[in-house]
Amino acid sequence: MSTTLSDTAAAKLTKKDLTADHPTWCPGCGDFSVLASFYKMLERRQLPHENIVTLAGIGCSSRFPYFVNTHGGHFIHGRAVPLASGVSLSRPDLHVFLFGGDGDAFSIGGNHLEHGARKNINLTYVIMDNFVYGLTKKQTSPTSPVGFKSKTDPTGAVDQPVNPMKKLITAGATFVARSHTTQVNHMIAMMERAMDHNGFSVVEILSECVEFFPGAFDAGNPRKGGEFRQIEEKKWDGTPEDELRHDTTDELAAYRLAGEPFPGLFGVFYESDRPTKNALEARWIQATREKTGGATALETLQKTFDRMK
Amino acid sequence: MTNSDSLPPPPTSHAARADLRPEHIRDAVIRLAGNSQDGIQSAGALLARLAGRSDQDVMTYMTIPSTISGGPSLFQVRVGTGEVLSPGDEADFLVAFYQHSYDDNIGFLREGGVLLYDSDNVQPNADDKRFVHVGIPITGLTVEALGGTAKDKGKNVFVLGLLAKIFDLDIEKLQRLLKEKFGGKNESVLNTALMAFQAGYAYPVGNVLSTRYKFEPPEETGGRAQVTMDGNQALAYGLIAAGVRYGAAYPITPWTTVMEVLRAELPKYGGLFVQCEDEIGAVSMALGFSYSGHLAITGSSGPGISLKTEAIGWATMAEMPLIIVNVQRGGPSTGLPTNVEQSDLYQAIFGGHGDSPRVVLAPSTVEDCFYIAIEAARIARNYSTPVFILSDASLATRIQAFDEPDLKNLVVEFVPNLTPREAGFKPYPLDGLTQHAPPGTRMLGGVYPTVTGLEHDEMGHPTGSPKLHAAMTAKRRSKLQRLAAEIPLPEVFGDAEGEALLVGWGSTYGPIYEAVKTARAAGESLSALHLRHLNPLPNGLEKIFAKFRRIIVVEMNDEGIYGHGQLASILRARYCDPKIASLTKTNGLTFRVKEILEGVLK
Repeated sequence: MSTTLSDTAAAKLTKKDLTADHPTWCPGCGDFSVLASFYKMLERRQLPHENIVTLAGIGCSSRFPYFVNTHGGHFIHGRAVPLASGVSLSRPDLHVFLFGGDGDAFSIGGNHLEHGARKNINLTYVIMDNFVYGLTKKQTSPTSPVGFKSKTDPTGAVDQPVNPMKKLITAGATFVARSHTTQVNHMIAMMERAMDHNGFSVVEILSECVEFFPGAFDAGNPRKGGEFRQIEEKKWDGTPEDELRHDTTDELAAYRLAGEPFPGLFGVFYESDRPTKNALEARWIQATREKTGGATALETLQKTFDRMK
Repeated sequence: MTNSDSLPPPPTSHAARADLRPEHIRDAVIRLAGNSQDGIQSAGALLARLAGRSDQDVMTYMTIPSTISGGPSLFQVRVGTGEVLSPGDEADFLVAFYQHSYDDNIGFLREGGVLLYDSDNVQPNADDKRFVHVGIPITGLTVEALGGTAKDKGKNVFVLGLLAKIFDLDIEKLQRLLKEKFGGKNESVLNTALMAFQAGYAYPVGNVLSTRYKFEPPEETGGRAQVTMDGNQALAYGLIAAGVRYGAAYPITPWTTVMEVLRAELPKYGGLFVQCEDEIGAVSMALGFSYSGHLAITGSSGPGISLKTEAIGWATMAEMPLIIVNVQRGGPSTGLPTNVEQSDLYQAIFGGHGDSPRVVLAPSTVEDCFYIAIEAARIARNYSTPVFILSDASLATRIQAFDEPDLKNLVVEFVPNLTPREAGFKPYPLDGLTQHAPPGTRMLGGVYPTVTGLEHDEMGHPTGSPKLHAAMTAKRRSKLQRLAAEIPLPEVFGDAEGEALLVGWGSTYGPIYEAVKTARAAGESLSALHLRHLNPLPNGLEKIFAKFRRIIVVEMNDEGIYGHGQLASILRARYCDPKIASLTKTNGLTFRVKEILEGVLK
């Protein structure tokens, strides 16, 4: 990422600079704290303001770009991953952040998530998972637990919910983490690591919908009597305790951790330094340009047309 | 085969004469009929390229089966000295490799035409005296020439050698073309090809055919060399010339070869084309490229365009430039994947929910595929809007030779415009055209823009204001009205007034113009007008229409419930003129000149 100091010199990026419209979320919505954590992380990292891009699909959480004063886009339902991929692949100078909910990510956009992960596009995707469709007022979501009563499942949901961590690990995402909106410092740490990861990085954040699924994540909130169980990552210090800690590069171990019963574990499940599509395509482009000797567009097209004579 | 003075006489005897009597011709339609694995397309394409290199006009037509491998296939080449407008209604020369090739295609051979058949496989009706029968054991001779391992592979090149002899083609140029085509592979492939070619050329065809046809030398063209390619290639290179460097798509026939060219070529220009997981992912990624400041292209054929529709609506709402190519095929649904139809015009103009105006263009020829791409890019950039290019299956696979474009004056390079924007910048100004500030642009007033599919105010903030929705709807519509005012009125071909005016769009250009030429030569009053800009239409068409008693819109789609094809319906709605009538067809094949003449002069 190219950061020109002269451009941003004196001006320090503050929360005030980053604040746009007042969020339209319901009072008490978990998404507020994701927004606050995002501001904090940006303040801490001081990226060039103009190089931050905030994108989203459709849903309550997908209103995010309107609340952040950066370049941004509000796209259609479920398709924000390929939109963001286009931005990432053609503009290596930008930091691409994508925000959305469980419907966007795991239902209508499931296939795009799968392929964005497989291609390992360099971007950061924050999924605010509330286990319910909020914008349309309480229908079953792909992560709603079995038995959840909604307007589309009045006697309780019957379909097995998506396990986001398992889905992301098997799809090939190269940074997979999980957090909870009541744990601000943890959220900031996860988002920051996701941003620093070179590749398709995803953080699923359990974000309570106070209106349509209140109390959904109390089991992960110590203040509500729950337990916020964090993944202990290996320190590689050779101690016997370390044997028991999680190796985040171990795909099978990550998959096993993802099978823990609700509310499950929080932290980094998996990370890998597999090459990104950005790098692989850039390498191909560079090799091709070397072969053409850096010819201009006119020279290159002329050469092609000469062969068609 | 139009002889300069009269039709070529049928041979009177099959006397053993090795010398062919030369005969000068201006134009010949050669149809090669075989199976899809016989390589007749490559033989035909070599003929077309030779014609292009010899400054002759050339046009091809081909059908490929939609089956995975095998099945009947044909390739028709029309070579002419002078303008070739259509692939020809009838063949002068039919090469039949198999019995089914003979059975299915003999009806296309004109009376007095030459049937050249593989006597190892074909048993023609000997009593049929309408044609000149030339039987040659093509399979046996090819196997003999190449030895056993090649089986009958190489028949196509053997036939090319035969045709080279019969049409007195420039064999030096042809052998050079063979070297260019096969030279890249290992040497034995090239040697085999050359052996097959020489065997065909050496065959004493004079024993069975008394005439050798020779094309009249072409008139001086004024120096510009010709390039020979198909419509999908011309589209792809037009986009490249226009500075389009990014795109994304999903494979579907007959669109796919555009993306294959772009995927392979764009890296040479520092660009990138991505094959996506599906059609929706592809249009979304293309919009991501465009949002980043690189005008992008996506494309497909009918079914895929249906899938992209929601995202194209976003492009209208967010006012994002985007080029969408639709290489039309027969529909609806999976329809006729390898046949031609112009039945996606409504989809291109109206295929979206809400009031979602978009620009729609259609190229008329292979050459025009190149120029329409440049026009599409210009409009998309200037008006920050999605632009459709409606090509079709016949243009996609048709090979034509055309004057090499003036690349020096056409090739442009664009980089995202990241110039810092002054305070007060509005992404959606009500009093002007939108020109987005791509990400990476510093906003000197400290306010960063959001692009959005929600109805919005001038800053891109969502709004439910009735006033703003009305104003923004008008903004998105009025820029197309502004565009309409700058589109040049197309020229009428033929007299500017008279009995009937044929109106066409897209690939029907050739047969329509040839029909007009033919009718006018016979003293009929017939003119033609071809539209490249279909939405918006150029202003002033009504003045042209007023000069004719009948307006007949010729298009390859259904006449619909109310008796009018798609463009005809739009023109009738636009001009409220009951004299606008329709001539339509829906058999998945291109218009024959004869069909148009019969349709309008009845």
